[in-house]
Amino acid sequence: MAMQPAPQPRWMRWVDSRLPIFGSMAHFNAYPTPKNLNYWWTFGSFAAITLVVMLVTGIVLAMHYTPHVDHAFDSVERIMRDVNHGWLLRYVHANGAAMFFLVVYIHIFRGLYYGSYKAPRELVWWFGIIILLCMMATAFMGYVLPWGQMSYWAAKVITNLFSAIPLVGEGITTWLWGGFAVDNPTLNRFFSLHYLLPFVIVGLVVMHIWSFHAVGNGNPLGIDVKSPKDTLPFHPYYTVKDVFCIGIFLLVFAAFVFFAPNFMGHPDNYIPADSLVTPAHIVPEWYFLPFYAILRATPDILFINAKLAGVIAMFGSILLLFLLPWLDNSKVRSANYRPAYRVAFWLFVIDCIVLGFCGAAAPEGIWLDISRIATAWYFFHFLILVPIIARTERPKPLPFSISEPVVKTAARA
Amino acid sequence: MRLAIAAGLALATLSAAAYAAEADKPKSESWSFDGVFGRYDRAQLQRGLKVYTTVCASCHGLRQVHYRNLVEVGLTPSEAKAVAAQKEVDEIADDGQIKKRKADLKDRFVSPFPNVQAAAAANNNKAPPDLSLIVKARENGANYLYSLLTGYVAPPADWKEDGKPKKLDTGQHYNKYFPGHVIAMSPPLTADTSVEYPKDGPKPTVEQMAKDVTAFLAWAAEPSMEDRKRTGIKVMLFLLIFVGVFFVIYRRVWKDVH
Repeated sequence: MAMQPAPQPRWMRWVDSRLPIFGSMAHFNAYPTPKNLNYWWTFGSFAAITLVVMLVTGIVLAMHYTPHVDHAFDSVERIMRDVNHGWLLRYVHANGAAMFFLVVYIHIFRGLYYGSYKAPRELVWWFGIIILLCMMATAFMGYVLPWGQMSYWAAKVITNLFSAIPLVGEGITTWLWGGFAVDNPTLNRFFSLHYLLPFVIVGLVVMHIWSFHAVGNGNPLGIDVKSPKDTLPFHPYYTVKDVFCIGIFLLVFAAFVFFAPNFMGHPDNYIPADSLVTPAHIVPEWYFLPFYAILRATPDILFINAKLAGVIAMFGSILLLFLLPWLDNSKVRSANYRPAYRVAFWLFVIDCIVLGFCGAAAPEGIWLDISRIATAWYFFHFLILVPIIARTERPKPLPFSISEPVVKTAARA
Repeated sequence: MRLAIAAGLALATLSAAAYAAEADKPKSESWSFDGVFGRYDRAQLQRGLKVYTTVCASCHGLRQVHYRNLVEVGLTPSEAKAVAAQKEVDEIADDGQIKKRKADLKDRFVSPFPNVQAAAAANNNKAPPDLSLIVKARENGANYLYSLLTGYVAPPADWKEDGKPKKLDTGQHYNKYFPGHVIAMSPPLTADTSVEYPKDGPKPTVEQMAKDVTAFLAWAAEPSMEDRKRTGIKVMLFLLIFVGVFFVIYRRVWKDVH
């Protein structure tokens, strides 16, 4: 199946004997990939392509943006009106952030369903969580840059969270702000970090990909590759599949950029920042809503006040994911063979969506109750349900190899 | 999966209800700039410009728009220059003194007040918002703005707050569509408002003026909209062909894989 590589030109061999860069690329071409990957496995390439799009648009936007409280809002409007195709750059960048989270969340749910966090891919999973944390920091700081009403108040609400830390909280908040309020120094450092972090993400993505190239891809059956019959070379099989799927992804992306560019935004961010006028509802972008709901739902717990408890719960909800390889110690990876875990997985998906709606609603009345139940379920799922299922569930019998079920169907026909 | 979607939809309805502020739902008008093929109606934008300069501009700025941009609504450069020349801007002359000169194409729309404090002082301590982005800065955009401009009515006879009858103070007005109903802006467009409309077009009724100025402000908020949608259609067509070609390649490359 693997094609013999064409003989390299002399200059390539010259380079390769000193730095084996073309040899490593050949590794990617021939990389044996399980042949049964389904479409959920293409979301990783969507995320990669989105990261590139964000870097390119972001670097050009930074050429025209002014990180100063008196000029930031106007400079963004100048990009929209006077910079050649500036509207395109900005709308691609703003919607790209949302698309990035959309595909990464689906990518994570795929990992949860197919047990991608289990041995030997724990490092892949952990790098993924660190990427998610960096993405969140980057997206939050990027949202502050246009210096609209939601930018300003989001910066205020989120930085204020650190003041919940006992003893040193106030000091940390002042240090983060670079002053005694969210102001020009805050905007300046956010711009600096917003430019830095994406390159950190690039490095982490390299580690993320490297760490599964060493052990091989997981696959929907969750069983190990047994023989070369189970795999296909990455190129051309998965390159063409990914390019085809990326085309479909870009259709969705483009539909938002060109025909509903402000659909996922908040109208208040077209009002310049005003420290004296609090918006009626301060809400983050949709991709933060579940975490925002957890933050606001948490009540006083014993001697911990609600604010600190909320902050702990919110950060804990993500940090918890690091423990997942131990919380779920079932040897069976794919939920296709784990009937009980499969139900728990879908309940968890619903729970995350419910939390999203809770984050959008005002935290009062029935919504506060729903937020609390959904938050409790989030932690119950990971800390109790998943470990119990892993230790008690009787999984369905696994196929012998990736090529086996296919062979059987063929024999029957 | 289906359960997740159903739960999502149920919650969406619930959260929308939870968010409804104390205001009527805006009217749903049809706009020339709606939809994938939407375009601005140049004649309407020019009428809207007249309404803005005659009525709104006495209190509201439009500072993100430059006079040169008026060419985009169909004015000739000299007509745009004439609109600019109605206003004056400060300029530092060669002798270092601040001098007034007529505004020109390169200038931003001149705001009615020199600064926010002056605007607030002249308007019951609340500066009238700049209108450059008002259509994008409000939920329901153009529909909301049009509804607001045509939504002034007498307060309902049984108007109550916390069980007590409520009355308007001086400087307050009742508007069906404004959140909380109490708005400081007096009805800007009334039967007495006189804006000179072209003879061959619609009559300047309150509804017509409200519609035209809303269209003009929609353009002011998003002047790149036509370019965006036109480009978007080309991009979508390209991507559809791209996806089609790669689907065929994908199937052919994979045809021997079982």
